[in-house]
Amino acid sequence: MDNLNLSKFCIRLGDHCLIMAHRQSELCSNGPFLEEDIAQINLGLDLLGQAEALLIYAAKLEGGTRTADDLAFRRPERQFHNFMLTEQPNTDFAFVIVRQYIMSLYLLKTYQALSKVEDDTLSGIALKALKELTYHERHFAMWLKRLGDGTEESHERTQTAINELWMFVGELYEEDEIDFMAQKASYAPTGIEMKTFLMEHITAKFSEATLETPHSIYMTTGSKKGIHTEYLGYLLTEMQYLQRAYPDAKW
Amino acid sequence: MSEVKDTQGQLWEVFIQTKKGLPFKHFGSVHAYDKEMAIQNARDLYTRRGEGRGMWVVPADAIVAIDSSDDESFFDPSNDKVYRHPTFYELPDGLKNM
Repeated sequence: MDNLNLSKFCIRLGDHCLIMAHRQSELCSNGPFLEEDIAQINLGLDLLGQAEALLIYAAKLEGGTRTADDLAFRRPERQFHNFMLTEQPNTDFAFVIVRQYIMSLYLLKTYQALSKVEDDTLSGIALKALKELTYHERHFAMWLKRLGDGTEESHERTQTAINELWMFVGELYEEDEIDFMAQKASYAPTGIEMKTFLMEHITAKFSEATLETPHSIYMTTGSKKGIHTEYLGYLLTEMQYLQRAYPDAKW
Repeated sequence: MSEVKDTQGQLWEVFIQTKKGLPFKHFGSVHAYDKEMAIQNARDLYTRRGEGRGMWVVPADAIVAIDSSDDESFFDPSNDKVYRHPTFYELPDGLKNM
């Protein structure tokens, strides 16, 4: 994999983390109670750290014309490659838990592959992130079970979140030429491996939480080409506001 | 107790061991509905900056404490006899955590 393609690969992964980190940051002061509020922000901070490390490396691989901050704050919507799942809003607590649980599994599998590559920077990022993601999966899985197997209201809301978000899961195991290059270099699992891993864990955890895995097969696609749902534009407007209003502003 | 229903769950006390072999120290408390949530909340509140290698959470109502009005009868009679404290031993220089 040449530097430019590896850089694109890192930007995709960095974008998933960055956009999720922003969604988590929106929960600050809005958690159901103090302890969980802090927990959600902590997990967001983990993701922001991973995004920063990946975007710094991507910028370096590109040749240094852009910095990690340029990548985060000066790219328009169509140049972001995060999965549509990551940008879905915090409609209620169940949406947060379902979105983050599924993405935690995706990141676990992704970092497992990356932790074994010869590239020291990437394997270093992945090894550190794996420890964090192991906890993320545990935390979100706990909530999934608690909500799904909780009250009638929490069960219904969680099932609604699953049904609404399900069409965005297909992107997690979709493949294009950059994925094929990454797979060839053992930087990433194949689409089939990822799909099997996700579905095994998701169906087992959902059934433990008395939730149904949807049967619908319609899946959206597009984020690898920069196509997104309406929500990313609003998210970027807020996230990038300062750099757009005051370019090069410093602390 | 007040009539307002507390929805934050039970109170748990958090004890953290900063290094293997050292005693666990009380760090603070968290709210949670059960053991798993209590240990996760404690982790998120108290051990995010490498503070510990071991952690206990204990339901606050499982801790037996004396009433402050009992202070005198429990603690005061202990200091009048020198032999109650092992002050006549010489400690080696290398000894720590005594």
